[in-house]
Amino acid sequence: MPEDTNPIIEITSLTHRSGDRTALDNVSLGVERGSIVALLGPNGGGKTTLFKILTTLLTPTSGAASVGGCDVVLNQADVRRRIGIVFQYPSLDKTLSVAENLTCQGHLYGLRGSNLRQRIASSLDRFGLTDRARDRVATLSGGLQRRVELAKSLLHQPEVLILDEPSTGLDPGARATLMDQLTELRDQDSVTSLLTTHLMDEADRCDRVAVLDLGKLVANDTPDALKSRIGGDVLTIQTKSPGELAKRAEEKFGVKAVVIDGVVHIEREKGHEFVPDIIEAFPGEIDSVTVGRPTLDDVFLQLTGHALGDESQEGDKGESR
Amino acid sequence: MSSVPTQSWVMPAVALWQREVQRFLRQRSRVVGALATPVVFWVLVGSGFGRSFRGGDASEMNYLEYAYPGTIAMILLFTAIFSTISIIEDRREGFLQAVVAAPVHRSAIAFGKIMGSTTLAVFQAVLFLCLAPLAGVPISFFPVLAMVGACVIVAIGLSGLGVMIAWPMESTQGFHAIMNLFLLPMWLLSGALFPSSGASPWLGWVMALNPLTYGVSAIRGTLYYGQEGALAGGPSLVTALLVSIAFAFAMTVAATMIVGRKR
Repeated sequence: MPEDTNPIIEITSLTHRSGDRTALDNVSLGVERGSIVALLGPNGGGKTTLFKILTTLLTPTSGAASVGGCDVVLNQADVRRRIGIVFQYPSLDKTLSVAENLTCQGHLYGLRGSNLRQRIASSLDRFGLTDRARDRVATLSGGLQRRVELAKSLLHQPEVLILDEPSTGLDPGARATLMDQLTELRDQDSVTSLLTTHLMDEADRCDRVAVLDLGKLVANDTPDALKSRIGGDVLTIQTKSPGELAKRAEEKFGVKAVVIDGVVHIEREKGHEFVPDIIEAFPGEIDSVTVGRPTLDDVFLQLTGHALGDESQEGDKGESR
Repeated sequence: MSSVPTQSWVMPAVALWQREVQRFLRQRSRVVGALATPVVFWVLVGSGFGRSFRGGDASEMNYLEYAYPGTIAMILLFTAIFSTISIIEDRREGFLQAVVAAPVHRSAIAFGKIMGSTTLAVFQAVLFLCLAPLAGVPISFFPVLAMVGACVIVAIGLSGLGVMIAWPMESTQGFHAIMNLFLLPMWLLSGALFPSSGASPWLGWVMALNPLTYGVSAIRGTLYYGQEGALAGGPSLVTALLVSIAFAFAMTVAATMIVGRKR
């Protein structure tokens, strides 16, 4: 098969309004075949709206999007056959067993007979669920249920996997396993994954990160390239009154200081040389200072002017369901 | 990539039907609940009203026996409605989101649901048939077979109605309000408890316009096929069957249209 270099997902000037709220504002984005892309942003940033448009559940106000060359509005059925969907909240029937859920899914996608049985057996094997096949989904842990969810979405062997906040309700271990599985799918079957997330560490493990804020695409790059946009180091300062210290540090040193989760962040060239200055400037007030390379948190802050978890910046978060 | 499956209509409908049956058999309380309520109702009301229920066209039979076909209609109604309520739960628990995002025609979703619910309703009605001898209802092969057929027709109509009501709903509370305000009166005024011949004129009109009246008559008429006066002044068997078939058809079409709408 010749290498197809066209983006497998193409989003062109996509806009979606509901009422007077603009959930997506002229977003254009291409996703390369065989990559894992994170759509990063706060709740209400437009991620879920984009997820719904790409999964054909919502018709955009204007603009276009296509998956594998099929338009999500004009060619709905073809798009649906090409994508596997993992929803934020489980879509499994908890009263049925793992195998029964997969069988039902297979039938919905027109699979049957020995072909379906084979696919179920191999996907159970791949996700380490073979010995749980007859167990009811309700008896499985959250992490295992997510694995069934993933197995279910892959049963019809889609080229593209679209995941909405896939780590919801998962502990860090299960979250890491999920990312490993997406990586394996990419490497072995060249499955493209597009996932929405509000978690930096998750975005950090993806090939590319597209940052959505207030309906606008504010960046689209590799995690490393995004981090290198911040030239210097980042100092994180633990203190009892972070708000006040940030303000005074800004006045005294002319730097930008921001409070994230009660910790003061200051971006600065040659951060280690700045450490003694800041400790001497506020004697007895600082509990600890750490100098580090910038994280995606810092990148997000620089791009949008507010922290990812900063609820007050989001305005009306009523993302249309 | 390998085989992209072709769109199928039958497989998804069968899958949803099968799931409905699997779920039902797994939730024993539902099997018991949908059957026990009408049985208790039938025994209490039947024994209680029995003494005051005299005269009219039904004078030949005791009240337990009179209320028997109506109880079957109640079982069909309860089972069909409770099984279609599960659409609301499916939406809330998330199962439905994967179904509506699958490459499945919406009419297959509606049809699978209606067939699943019909299967359960008729299954419960057949279980209840085992009690027929206790009510003094004569049981013989062909009338019972015809009655099961009538039950299928009535259950399709009620399931379609249930899907229509449940699909746009957000919560089960709303459904219960409709159950009490609309569905229970529909059953009460179907000839299940009293014949229209004894009712006041305006009530007689309501009963004549109530599709379930024809359902109950179809069940009664098939079960007592060939017996004079068994229909107790209700519509004739032919009318009852024709109206029930038309109702089933109309409800299936309406349910399909509602399910086809984008929410």
